[in-house]
Amino acid sequence: MGKIGLIIRREYITRVRKRSFIIMSILGPILFASLMVVPALIAMSEDQEVKRIAVVDSSHLFMDVIPETEYLKFDYLQNARLNDIKSTYSAGGYYGVLYISHIVAFEPNSVVFYSDKQPSLSTKMHISKAIEEYIRDQKLKTYEIEDLDNILKSVRTRINIRTIKITQTGVEKESHTGVAMAVGYIGGFLIYMFIFFFGAQLMRGVIEEKVNRIVEVIVSSVKPFQLMMGKIIGIAMVGLTQFGIWVVTTFLLVTMATTLLFPEMNMSPTEQVISQDIMSSGPVRAEPDATSEEMDEIMGFLSSLKDINFALTLGSFVFYFLGGYLLYGAMFAAIGAAVDNETDTQQFMLPLTIPLILALLVLINSINNPDSSISFWFSVIPFTAPIVMMGRLPFGVPDWEVGLSMALLVITFIGMTWLAAKIYRTGILMYGKKTSYREIAKWIRHS
Amino acid sequence: MEIFKAEKVVKKFINTLALDQVSVSIPRGSIYGLLGPNGAGKTTLIRIINQIMAPDEGKLIFNGEKIRPEHIYRIGYLPEERGLYKKMRVGEQALYLAQLKGLSRKEAMSRLKKWFGKFGILDWWNRKIEELSKGMQQKVQFIVTILHEPELLIFDEPFSGFDPINADMLKKEILALKEEGATIIFSTHNMGSVEELCDHITLIDKGRTLIEGNIKEIRDRYRSDTYEVGFHGNADRLKQVLNNHYQLLETSTDGDLHKARIKLLHHTTDNELLSLLIPAVHIISFNEVYPSMNDIFIRVVKEN
Repeated sequence: MGKIGLIIRREYITRVRKRSFIIMSILGPILFASLMVVPALIAMSEDQEVKRIAVVDSSHLFMDVIPETEYLKFDYLQNARLNDIKSTYSAGGYYGVLYISHIVAFEPNSVVFYSDKQPSLSTKMHISKAIEEYIRDQKLKTYEIEDLDNILKSVRTRINIRTIKITQTGVEKESHTGVAMAVGYIGGFLIYMFIFFFGAQLMRGVIEEKVNRIVEVIVSSVKPFQLMMGKIIGIAMVGLTQFGIWVVTTFLLVTMATTLLFPEMNMSPTEQVISQDIMSSGPVRAEPDATSEEMDEIMGFLSSLKDINFALTLGSFVFYFLGGYLLYGAMFAAIGAAVDNETDTQQFMLPLTIPLILALLVLINSINNPDSSISFWFSVIPFTAPIVMMGRLPFGVPDWEVGLSMALLVITFIGMTWLAAKIYRTGILMYGKKTSYREIAKWIRHS
Repeated sequence: MEIFKAEKVVKKFINTLALDQVSVSIPRGSIYGLLGPNGAGKTTLIRIINQIMAPDEGKLIFNGEKIRPEHIYRIGYLPEERGLYKKMRVGEQALYLAQLKGLSRKEAMSRLKKWFGKFGILDWWNRKIEELSKGMQQKVQFIVTILHEPELLIFDEPFSGFDPINADMLKKEILALKEEGATIIFSTHNMGSVEELCDHITLIDKGRTLIEGNIKEIRDRYRSDTYEVGFHGNADRLKQVLNNHYQLLETSTDGDLHKARIKLLHHTTDNELLSLLIPAVHIISFNEVYPSMNDIFIRVVKEN
């Protein structure tokens, strides 16, 4: 094994065996899996309990207007006074009280829902939609159009927007904006986190060697450049290992959780159609069932995850993680070499922190607007490219932009490593002197 | 023949001239003292020998050939500020450092077991460095330094941090290494150990060589023609017989034993002094006072 190999091996093994690494490896996937599964679970479990809602309708217009669903039941209380009901509804077994004021047709804020719980968005939507449509129909009726009922029925249309992306080769691809945004954001954010987390580990490692003075023993056997590169590569491999563990276990956990919690999703498409037919059979309702609509959405989300080119996304993630880490890692190593203890690192961290945080801000912009010029520039500039480009990739980015971004990143990290090596070489043998930017500039010029 | 030679080495740092035309030649099999006050350039010279740094000018010869990167496998270095990875296990760490010095894993393992046994620290193999006492850590580091059986060993202040018992043990090990043919460079300002161990020294200050050579020759060079006489009898008689060719430096009395330090002036000899003293007092002892390395060190540094 070569010298660099020995150094990489030591860095890798000592870090992978650390308790913190093992804990992170276990906690990470649980965290990610729960981030994906828990919201769906909450949405489902909430709607699976039957909610009875007392309706106090002072306009006397809405008797039986709001359609009931499997889990939403409405009791229209005649002659009840709102103030009495408000204090007794939970004793009467109600989830909440819906108050409709008599000026409802003119005043949007005249429908009030009283409850000690926060009603879910779908519950609110269900109620407001029904009232809105009813009022609209009533208003239309005042125009005395002939055969209005049939007209209304025939104009009622449901629209589900499907977005189709036309790629450069002319192939039409169905895109899922929400999924692309999520994948882009998670990818970019992970790179941001990894650069900081493993960069700081690298820096601390360099400081440790310097403070311990073991660096002097080691550089009497290997070249400082070999030591620096060995450390950078070793820690990169730790990062990749951690990421690999996360990807595999998250995938396993999500698969496990979805089979247990949403058995429908693992059916083939035909089975899904059949099961949907069965679900919507029974008494024909004016509105599609809200819960099954939500199920559709969750299933659509999870199935569209499968449509994202994971090989490509993972491949670019690995590339941008490595490129970004190598670029910043070289700088972290140089900082570690320039100081005597961790508290002195503050002044040098700023040039690293600012572009990284900027990149994170632009990332949020990019997932909303992946083709804007700000997204373009920040995904090409090497210091922000790894994070911002990850946000754009799931939406599809022209090949030349990706190529340019990657090429610039490679060139910059080679240049930065060369520069950092100069600082490192001088810095690791300097003790007891507070280092300034000016001093570092001299090191670069004189070595 | 010299194992290592540096000729007119110059090393400049940004604002300072760390080494200015320094030459050393280290005879094979010797214990060579590298002396000098703090900031003299000792560490820079050691780093150049270790090839941690390259000199700006000058020639470096190892074993008769121009120095090459492979030579570092034949050099062992124990820096003054000692350190090991605190969180790493002792055995693993020793293996790692030995492999960096070019030993195979297997070879390193068998040699380590031997040395750990010798120092009685085999039980510590799987302990972390931070659990060891300072003295224990020093032992581990010493073993790591010599494990690859280097021909040239560089010890920077080796005795600092050792208690007297372990320091004595270390001294014996160093002498044993010398017996086995290793050459040893000592960097220190502890003059006691220099006088006890070193054959050759070089004294540098502010990047320049002040003295270099065999320790006996140097002490001869710095002898001050001073003699110490031990005698019985009347101390005043001694003072009376000394004429202006002699200078009485100091006298002391312990019971009926008197001692006097006398410096010879104007090219007089020790025999002339003796013939002057014999009739006056009863002489018990008569010997030349050699300057200690400490005196020479202080004197030379001050003169420059």
